[in-house]
Amino acid sequence: MSAHLTRRSVLAGTGALVVSFSSAARLLAQAPQSGAAANAAKDLPGSLEKSPFLDSWIRMDADGGVTVFTGKAELGQGIKTALLQVAAEELDVSFAAMKLVTADTARTANEGFTAGSHSMQDSGVAIMNAAAQARAILIAEAARRLGVNADELKTENGVVRAPDGRTVGYGELVSDQLLHVEAQPRSPLKDPASFKIMGKSQQRVDIPAKVSGGEAYVQDLRLPGMVHARVVRPPSYGATLTSVDTGAVEKMPGVVKVVRDGNFLAVVAKREFQAIQAMRALSAAAQWHEEPRLPNQSDLAHVITSLPARDVPNLDRRQPNVVTAKKLEAVYTRPYQMHGSIGPSCAVARLDGEMMTVWTHTQGVYPDRDAIAAMLRVPKEQVRCIHVEGSGCYGHNGADDAAGDAAVIARALPGTAVRVQWMREQEHGWEPYGPAMVGKVSAALDAGGHIVDWDYEVWSNTHSMRPGGAGALLAAQSLAQPFAPPEPKPLPLPEGGGDRNAIPIYRLPSARVLYHFIPTMPLRISALRALGAYLNVFAIESFMDELAAAAGADPVEFRLRHLDDDRAREVVTTAAEHFGWSSFRRGPGRGRGFAFARYKNLAAYCAVAAEAEVDRETGRARLVRAVAAIDSGQAVNPDGIANQTEGAILQSASWTLYEHVTFDNTRITSIDWSTYPILRFDSVPESVDVHVIDRPGQPFLGSGEAGQGPTAAAVANAIADATGKRLRDLPLDRGRIRQALGA
Amino acid sequence: MKLNVNGREHEVDAEPDTPLLYVLRDHLELNGAKFGCGLGQCGACTVMVDDQAVFSCLTPILLLEGRRVTTVEGLGTAEKPGPLQQAFIDEQAAQCGYCIAGMIMRAHALLARNASPSRDDIRAALEPNLCRCGTHMRIIRAVQRAAGKRTAEAAAGGGR
Amino acid sequence: MRKTLLAVIAVVVIVGAGIAALVWRPAIDRVNRPAAGSFDAALIKRGGELAAIGNCRSCHTAPGGREFAGGLGVPTPFGTIYSTNITPDEKTGIGAWSEAAFRRALREGVDRGGRHLYPAFPYDHFTLASDDTIKALYAFVMTREPVAATAPANTVPFPLNLRPLLAGWKLLFLRKGPFEKDPGQSEEWNRGAYLVNGLGHCGACHTPRNFLGAENKHQAFAGGETEGWTAYALDAASPAPVAWDKAALAFYLRNGWQGDHGVARGPMSEVTDNLAAVPMADVQAIATYMASVAGPHRASNTPSPRRERQGAGGPGAAIYAAACATCHDAGRAPPYGGIDLSLSTGPSGPTARNAINVILGGLPAEDEQRRPIMPGFAGVLNDRQMADLLAYVRARFSDKPPWTDVEKQIRDARTEQSRVHPGPAPEPARGSPGEKEARQ
Repeated sequence: MSAHLTRRSVLAGTGALVVSFSSAARLLAQAPQSGAAANAAKDLPGSLEKSPFLDSWIRMDADGGVTVFTGKAELGQGIKTALLQVAAEELDVSFAAMKLVTADTARTANEGFTAGSHSMQDSGVAIMNAAAQARAILIAEAARRLGVNADELKTENGVVRAPDGRTVGYGELVSDQLLHVEAQPRSPLKDPASFKIMGKSQQRVDIPAKVSGGEAYVQDLRLPGMVHARVVRPPSYGATLTSVDTGAVEKMPGVVKVVRDGNFLAVVAKREFQAIQAMRALSAAAQWHEEPRLPNQSDLAHVITSLPARDVPNLDRRQPNVVTAKKLEAVYTRPYQMHGSIGPSCAVARLDGEMMTVWTHTQGVYPDRDAIAAMLRVPKEQVRCIHVEGSGCYGHNGADDAAGDAAVIARALPGTAVRVQWMREQEHGWEPYGPAMVGKVSAALDAGGHIVDWDYEVWSNTHSMRPGGAGALLAAQSLAQPFAPPEPKPLPLPEGGGDRNAIPIYRLPSARVLYHFIPTMPLRISALRALGAYLNVFAIESFMDELAAAAGADPVEFRLRHLDDDRAREVVTTAAEHFGWSSFRRGPGRGRGFAFARYKNLAAYCAVAAEAEVDRETGRARLVRAVAAIDSGQAVNPDGIANQTEGAILQSASWTLYEHVTFDNTRITSIDWSTYPILRFDSVPESVDVHVIDRPGQPFLGSGEAGQGPTAAAVANAIADATGKRLRDLPLDRGRIRQALGA
Repeated sequence: MKLNVNGREHEVDAEPDTPLLYVLRDHLELNGAKFGCGLGQCGACTVMVDDQAVFSCLTPILLLEGRRVTTVEGLGTAEKPGPLQQAFIDEQAAQCGYCIAGMIMRAHALLARNASPSRDDIRAALEPNLCRCGTHMRIIRAVQRAAGKRTAEAAAGGGR
Repeated sequence: MRKTLLAVIAVVVIVGAGIAALVWRPAIDRVNRPAAGSFDAALIKRGGELAAIGNCRSCHTAPGGREFAGGLGVPTPFGTIYSTNITPDEKTGIGAWSEAAFRRALREGVDRGGRHLYPAFPYDHFTLASDDTIKALYAFVMTREPVAATAPANTVPFPLNLRPLLAGWKLLFLRKGPFEKDPGQSEEWNRGAYLVNGLGHCGACHTPRNFLGAENKHQAFAGGETEGWTAYALDAASPAPVAWDKAALAFYLRNGWQGDHGVARGPMSEVTDNLAAVPMADVQAIATYMASVAGPHRASNTPSPRRERQGAGGPGAAIYAAACATCHDAGRAPPYGGIDLSLSTGPSGPTARNAINVILGGLPAEDEQRRPIMPGFAGVLNDRQMADLLAYVRARFSDKPPWTDVEKQIRDARTEQSRVHPGPAPEPARGSPGEKEARQ
């Protein structure tokens, strides 16, 4: 029997907000703490620090509907579902009754970029705590109205229940300002042992629409009167538009406008195919002046290490006079590699009066908004960026640039929604790549087979040229009054960029790690999933195998010999056991490989054991099976973690075996899937098993990038085991394997 | 010209050389078929024309007179998914999901001609379609699941 | 009367003995499989190169099967012949074959047990192989991975499946080796002739055959067909819009494509895949010889102006413009993008078959190598639309009269689903031995 509350009594209740807030505060101060929210006295957990008001995260309607807000974006990693699970669990609202609003500069907190596997740590923690505190406030309010003690009340499915059976729904308890309070540092979080939704493999909320043609992507957005635009990009970096006769194009069927601003050239048409045809004609009509400015592709490692660099010391614990028995050294290299998003970038923009709204799949609506505003030379408040899903981006792809393009064109057509869709060749040719890198490692073993000295140097560009400044956008760089690209900067440790995971996690009595930060960027680069960790872990974990061999030790046992962290040891042994490491028998042409890393040395732990097969005739290597173990801390959605890790393994296997951006001295030449082949079904392994180690109550560690580095090394180690030859230059493609075998 | 899509006749005001993909998306506002490359290399645009899986990005509508086009929307809805769609949901066979509608159509064509494909059959059939997120294992399992259901139904003597 | 009878019997016996002597071949004793280590590494490597020229792997490997383990069905007018297992497996392969047995198989078409082999195994070419060549090949095959596999039974009907009859075939058509040099020609030419007419067995596809399935030696390289593909004439009757010269041939054979001629497809793409890993000197030799087969020696060859007929219209024009032009008229540098059809031999071929095969099957993406990808249009074009398109392509991109019998060829191609092999040879990885040479 619910207590009958009149509107008057509800409003009158507002006056008691302060009281109820303080009773809530007392409640919070007494509540038992789960580890995840434990923080220093003043700090607020996760993104609450920057956005402390609870109703920045949780809002409730009078009918009990709950809307959760996050500044993070769904990238296909399942974050929408995971965040809803967190909120549903802590709020005690049914999963189905909840809605989620994702990154929108007008509606959500500023959580920076959805990147670095930070979403659970930032947003998940904020929502978890905000939801717990909101629930406490609702209980306190109910206690006040029902005249019962707060700790006698229970919540379930959006309803507060008193011991005598009276109930009151959340919707009846809320008022405008009830949740407009700042968060407290500590929250009455649920005991993980009682979880009903968190920690379960809840089916993803976005999948049903995606398998049935529902509106799910920014590419699906259709606004009234929307027109279609295509950009004509230059044929190469820095090319300038010397002339273009737009007259004929303007007369083509459906063409609404040709936009030219300096080197920025685009055409707008009513229908999409008309825009494509007009783009082709415009492209043919455009004359560009190009300069050969790309380096020698066949000599890339040498090019990279010869560029001017700034030293960023990571670690300097070199001991003098170390007694060594064996010394080894090796150099590992990585070419430029691509995000290669399946859906080329897309954005929709519309200028209404002074307000520019951009629908975009950028990973960072706030930074992109700031960059677009700066580019348009308007105040930030006049630009709104709303995240709508794109295809998987795996980092900084063309999304931000497409948003910039759309804004420039929309400015030329006020009041009209303009949709910009990049072509495949444009995405391949203009996205910012994962930087080419070189890692040089040398180490020494003592007579007992322990590493006693370690020296690692890594050369790389920055791994982030995200906006940060209008000049990060291609459109802004090409305007008649252009913006210069921002100064590249190294990403600071402990997360790092080119030096991410450059410091091994192993016990090393004497070690030095040095990052040669290279500001000059011969090719356009930015963040690609795992950043520098992909090459660094590839190098370190390949080298660990080389050291293990020199020590006459089993690769897994050799790693355990140097690992003190218990959670690290557990993922290692779990992966090895499930792989059948100790009972493995080499079939013809087959080998096994192992690798482990803790992402950034502070995030998720991931170990990968791989079996590979090499065809000596063709040099073709393929992944036969992989077994991984991952510890992401408290697992909100274990299947989501497994899904991401399986994906990381296959994607990294593709990078590792096949992928490199190609170019001549002027142009990028890998501009479609024929010239940049990636893994297809014919090379898919027989099985990929991911064991998710759940740590209830432990902090969230993220999971999206943990598998990239270990997979690369596990595959390389398996190839070495199968062939007896060690390959150190990525990708480990057929030509290189044949050469190694033939030599 | 007239186009038959998912069992319905549509009068479409598009030039005959317009690729089917843009007619589906722009004129008929169907989201399933996607632009991935426009070059026939990635399969995100895959639909069925009669009983064949084709790249809609390279199929001009002038070729489609009197033929039946089926898109993923024709297999079921989010509320009432068809068996193949349900299998993808059950296996949670998607990460970003952009390739999935194309995969489903390619799989649909396979199952129509081979009700119990081996794993190798499935892999060969899906070769024209790319997945960048690495969801391949789940996609294969989803197709196997749908096939298993089908053959189970057929064996039960009913089927649909 | 008795004398006549005796005489007849004597003649029958003598002729019979003669025939038997011709037909019967002794078995050569089994040997223990020689240890892989007993072969010199350089010899094995050379054997591998020669095996690549001989295209051994392509025939002796079934699709999806183990390398050299046989099982590929070769369709002939006389039934399907399945290639044998030539891995050194002692039970099911040739592991128990001595070098002498191996030599006899290549030179005379007789297996170790004395059985005559079908000339689907082109011993009428391999007979030219020198002792050194055979020695190297033997070292190569004996050091492959042994695989236990037995080929399916041939589907040659009675009485053609009686192997002794092959002795008769050989009597008529097998000109045993060794190769004889032409003293009036250069070393390189002779080497090319040796490779082309010997291991390369180019004539097996490119020379027309008589009703008994033997090559018409008087029409060498006048064109043939294989597995649903036309192997174009390589002599003066070549239909290529731009005449082949040595440089173009060498590049094409090496890389599987050439700017003035298009892209290798079908069985030829396997040949160029193999030649990608063969020493350039061998490829140059082959090119030298074939250039002389093609016609008078040319120092260089400027391509003719783009051959395009104005006014080639019809319903095919709209199909081409809508489905093909995006790639084929984009002007992208070969071998990627669509090739310039005015330079491709396909539209000028004697039949539409090659064009049909490619339009139906495309150049499928596979095995993660940089290769041109072309979608197949089998599901998109019905037969009438295909015929319209072909008529347009023929009229616009060649100066030959219209193809005939196109509808039947389309139907045949659809049912046979001619194996459209992977496209041109992958570009060698940076730093690999083939890389620089590919650019020459």
